[in-house]
Amino acid sequence: MPSDDDDPDAVPGARQPSWRALWRLKSYLRPYNRVLVVSWVAAFLGIAAGTAVPLVGKQIIDGPVGHGDLGGLLPLGLLALVLGIAEAVLIFVRRWSQAGPVLGLETAIRDDLYRRLQSLPMSFHGEWQSGQLLSRATTDLSTIRRFLGFGALFLVMNVLQLIAVTIVLFHMYWPLGLIVAVSAVPIIVLSLRFEKRYIGISRRVQDQQGDLATLVEEAAVGIRTIKAFGRSRHLYEGFDETARGIHQTSLAKVRLASRFFTFLEVVPNVTLAMVVLVGALAVARDALTLGTLVAFTTLVLQLVWPVASLGYILAMGQEAMTSADRVTEVLDTVPEIVGGTEVIERPRGHLRFEGVEFRHPGSARPVLRDVWLDVRPGETIAVVGATGSGKTTLTALVPRLIDVTGGRVTVDGHDVRDLTLPALRSVVATAFEEPTLFSMSVRENVMLGHGDAGEDDVREALEIAQATFVYDLPWGLDTRIGEQGMSLSGGQRQRLALARAVLGKPRILVLDDTLSALDVETEALVEEALRRVLADATGLVVAHRASTVLLADRVALLRDGTIQHVGRHPDLLATVPEYRALLAQDADLDPDRALR
Amino acid sequence: MSDSWRGVAAEDKDHIPETVSLLLRSRSRRLLGDLLRPHKRAIALLTAVIVVSNAAGLALPYLVKTGIDSGIPPMADGRGSGTLLTIVAAIVGAALVQAVTRQAFLQLAGRIGQDILLELRRRVFTHFQKLSLSFHEGYTSGRVISRLTSDVEAIAELLDSGFDGLVTAVLTLFGTAAMLLVLDVHLGLVALLPLPVLLLFTRWFRRESSAAYRRTRETVALVIVHFVESMTGVRAVQAFRREPRNQEIFERLNADYREANTRGSRLIAIFMPGIKLIGNVTVALVLLYGGWLALHGTVTVGVLAAFLLYLRQFYEPMQEISQFYNALQSAGAALEKLSGVLEEQPGVAEPPRPGELARASGALRFDAVEFAYGEGPRVLPRLDLEIPAGQTVAVVGTTGAGKTTLAKLISRFYDPVSGRVMLDGVDLRDLDEATLRRFVVMVTQENFLFTGTIADNIGFGRPGAPMEAVVEAAEAIGAHEFITALPDGYHTQVGKRGGRISAGQRQLVAFARAFLADPAVLILDEATSSLDVPSERMVQRALRTILADRTALIIAHRLSTVEIADRVLVIEGGRIVEDGPPDRLIEGSGRFSRLHQAWVDSLA
Repeated sequence: MPSDDDDPDAVPGARQPSWRALWRLKSYLRPYNRVLVVSWVAAFLGIAAGTAVPLVGKQIIDGPVGHGDLGGLLPLGLLALVLGIAEAVLIFVRRWSQAGPVLGLETAIRDDLYRRLQSLPMSFHGEWQSGQLLSRATTDLSTIRRFLGFGALFLVMNVLQLIAVTIVLFHMYWPLGLIVAVSAVPIIVLSLRFEKRYIGISRRVQDQQGDLATLVEEAAVGIRTIKAFGRSRHLYEGFDETARGIHQTSLAKVRLASRFFTFLEVVPNVTLAMVVLVGALAVARDALTLGTLVAFTTLVLQLVWPVASLGYILAMGQEAMTSADRVTEVLDTVPEIVGGTEVIERPRGHLRFEGVEFRHPGSARPVLRDVWLDVRPGETIAVVGATGSGKTTLTALVPRLIDVTGGRVTVDGHDVRDLTLPALRSVVATAFEEPTLFSMSVRENVMLGHGDAGEDDVREALEIAQATFVYDLPWGLDTRIGEQGMSLSGGQRQRLALARAVLGKPRILVLDDTLSALDVETEALVEEALRRVLADATGLVVAHRASTVLLADRVALLRDGTIQHVGRHPDLLATVPEYRALLAQDADLDPDRALR
Repeated sequence: MSDSWRGVAAEDKDHIPETVSLLLRSRSRRLLGDLLRPHKRAIALLTAVIVVSNAAGLALPYLVKTGIDSGIPPMADGRGSGTLLTIVAAIVGAALVQAVTRQAFLQLAGRIGQDILLELRRRVFTHFQKLSLSFHEGYTSGRVISRLTSDVEAIAELLDSGFDGLVTAVLTLFGTAAMLLVLDVHLGLVALLPLPVLLLFTRWFRRESSAAYRRTRETVALVIVHFVESMTGVRAVQAFRREPRNQEIFERLNADYREANTRGSRLIAIFMPGIKLIGNVTVALVLLYGGWLALHGTVTVGVLAAFLLYLRQFYEPMQEISQFYNALQSAGAALEKLSGVLEEQPGVAEPPRPGELARASGALRFDAVEFAYGEGPRVLPRLDLEIPAGQTVAVVGTTGAGKTTLAKLISRFYDPVSGRVMLDGVDLRDLDEATLRRFVVMVTQENFLFTGTIADNIGFGRPGAPMEAVVEAAEAIGAHEFITALPDGYHTQVGKRGGRISAGQRQLVAFARAFLADPAVLILDEATSSLDVPSERMVQRALRTILADRTALIIAHRLSTVEIADRVLVIEGGRIVEDGPPDRLIEGSGRFSRLHQAWVDSLA
């Protein structure tokens, strides 16, 4: 189930993110093991070099400067230089070598995610909005990338640096070391608490932004309706209320952050004052050298970032765990519809529904029940029924976009579930009511299922679908259409989708109310051409209009999820009142005319 | 030149001439200035606060130096710790001052930023609503959405994180440089020696990273488009065995994105340690030269310590700048697009002095109307048409004949290129939006439903209408039965989350909405196309009563609609080729008669 709206804090007993999912994803890093070792080693050496520089400074102040030893200055200075350069080089090695593994991990998971999603059936895609899937493929993967790439490394490094520096400080002069160690405690405690609240408030802002996006989307998509009724003001009020909500929450967020970040700066500064006080007293008593005091002040400031970022990194880890959970949730979904092993060598196109039942998971009432229908090779059957009678479901069963829950569908005697998916789907071609076009050339859109079709085949398909208008587009068949290209009208889109379906002369052609957006004259032309195609192919045609029904040899009337009548159009019209009510448009519209 | 780049023209262009990009930048700056102006005083206060805060911050190392140089000797001499205590108190004081001012700064800056965002959101939203349909048709809803979401958020991101970082970095840069020179001129100059290298290096990084960042945005956009398209169209993908090819394309786009990301992170892999290198070399130089000076007693150890602290303060913020550039760049691009949108003028403007029209009978007149979409060919060459109040007119013709254009002119989604469209003798251009919409309402095929209940959606036709009126409208149109059969009746949620309503039912709700609005002129543009035959019949029966006392223009492919019309117009190439009562046209031998015959045949 989609869990985008679930707030793990709000729902008691909700799935707690665990390290397990994240730990599993790390297997994607395996090809990079060596590089990773290099970057970790570089990271540790880098910390060592960074900590050593202030110590060299101490030596300089206590040694050469303290004793007027000019000869000792140069080697120590050069040592500081070498250490400084080494630190920079080591950081460079770490960062440079990290890029490969981390981005490789992200890319590989995204590829796998996409592959899995393409293989999941319609029942899955019906439940998930593409936006939710997208956020897994983008936002969640970046979160994981950031944590595995930097967060995890910094988590270990910062803890080590904290321990190392504290040990050094204790070693140098324990009372000062103690002061520094104690000052780290409130920072750690507070940053942990801060992160929790900060994440909560950030989520709230995100939710509100989501609400705002919904309002914006409605205001954009529904602009015709809004303008038609002159209701901009009304829409604005809703928008403004949500926008002001974001404003309020964001201000609360600013206040919270400002208090925390200020605190983060005060503590080290006050610590610095303490170090100066205690240190100076110690120097005056000769318990401490001047150089040590200077080194102390530098090291104290060096600790601020590792300590302060602990909370941030832990929060990042928490988020990465949630993200990993969401990603593996998809990766672990097993495709319910997988192909069999059989292939039909010479398909004839004999389509049979044998006692077919279909019900949505968890639903008591079946959408289809006990459907028996025999479509002989070359025959065309029209499926007629009121809205919601299950027509579209029936057509989706043939190419196995969904699977029956009882009975079976056969093609030339083979259960469709025994055929390989490519074999089945090259025998069956479907044109859907809502034509789906992709952001690519017209040619690619039409040739979707037939990458090997020739220029003549494409032209023939376009002619059948009355879609030759595409030759007049600016770049002809190479014109890009769809979201990032030319926009086409509903009727034009339907005709292209039809051309796609008839290309390659499929043995079984399924038309799901494909002509609804065409005007009367174009519809007549398309029907004329389709008649020729359907003469050879087996056809299953969902129809709302009498004119479409006339394409078929026989008609099946679907009612309450089952086929109640099968027969020729004139016979049904004459003998079945329900059929007449569905299709005869002038039946009782005008009694006078009907009598005439 | 400059005019052709007005508004949103530059949004899709990959290559923009230098002069134009200057123009765009100055436009963005104007918008920014405009947004900042109301906060002038607050910004002045902000500046004062940040200067104090930085001064306090800069004082700390200096105080440490004083502590070491002047606090320790008296104690070593046994003259007590008075000086030291004063200095330590000063350090604590400076730390507190810095804390207080810094918090004030963060809160004040945050408030200004949020106020600006709110203002920007309001402005852009209102402006989009004001822009005419012709703009929206070309611009697409997807872009409207990204302007108001991701673009505004990009600016929010900059205000949130980047701004504070930049101000602090710049002030620290100058403040620290000054302090170093004050402490010791010679050592200060040596410490500032690498500064030119630092500036050049940063400039190099800024250029490279902005190119890399742009490439990342471009590649990720392609990944997203391909991803979303394959997921929304997954049915076609699977039915036509497109998966392997899709996978190929996706992996290529994904690899491009990875490439771009790699470039970006390699740049940071050079920049961050580069800054560190410059910083560390400087520290070594200061240790060497400073040690030498200290050895000769020219500077004190305290000065040396202060230098080390200052240098740390100096270089640390520089590393943060790499984050800031990305935020700055995406905010800059966002601001450019937003200022472009705000520059667009509505094609259908509100009249400066609206005409009066208290009541409308619904008489329509087209007076020598010519129309073309943009620079395209004339859709209506010259149209004269009179529709008396109360008449129901059906418009028939092939796709592209100009039927919908007629509807859009009456509802003033577009203005004619020449000629006039008049309601009750008043030019539509002289009516303000509110007046016009009270009298003219259009129902289209789209019948969009908003998030909310069914009752809300019907009520959209007349906000504030009592529940009885809503139910009455639904009853009149024949929608009452299906609505009451829904789980929560009129309070059933629809829109994005409630996808349980079929296309036909949506259309019925849209009809009820229009009926509730009770306009003098009702336009139905293909409004019955997604109804099945029984529902369509029901709607038509309802329409007979509803349309009795108002003017109506009905556009339909299906001739069944014509049955209820008093008059039929057959349009061909933007001209009226046949005009008359349906019965008379059917008896004749024209196009309509032939169409009608074909339709009657199809019913047999």
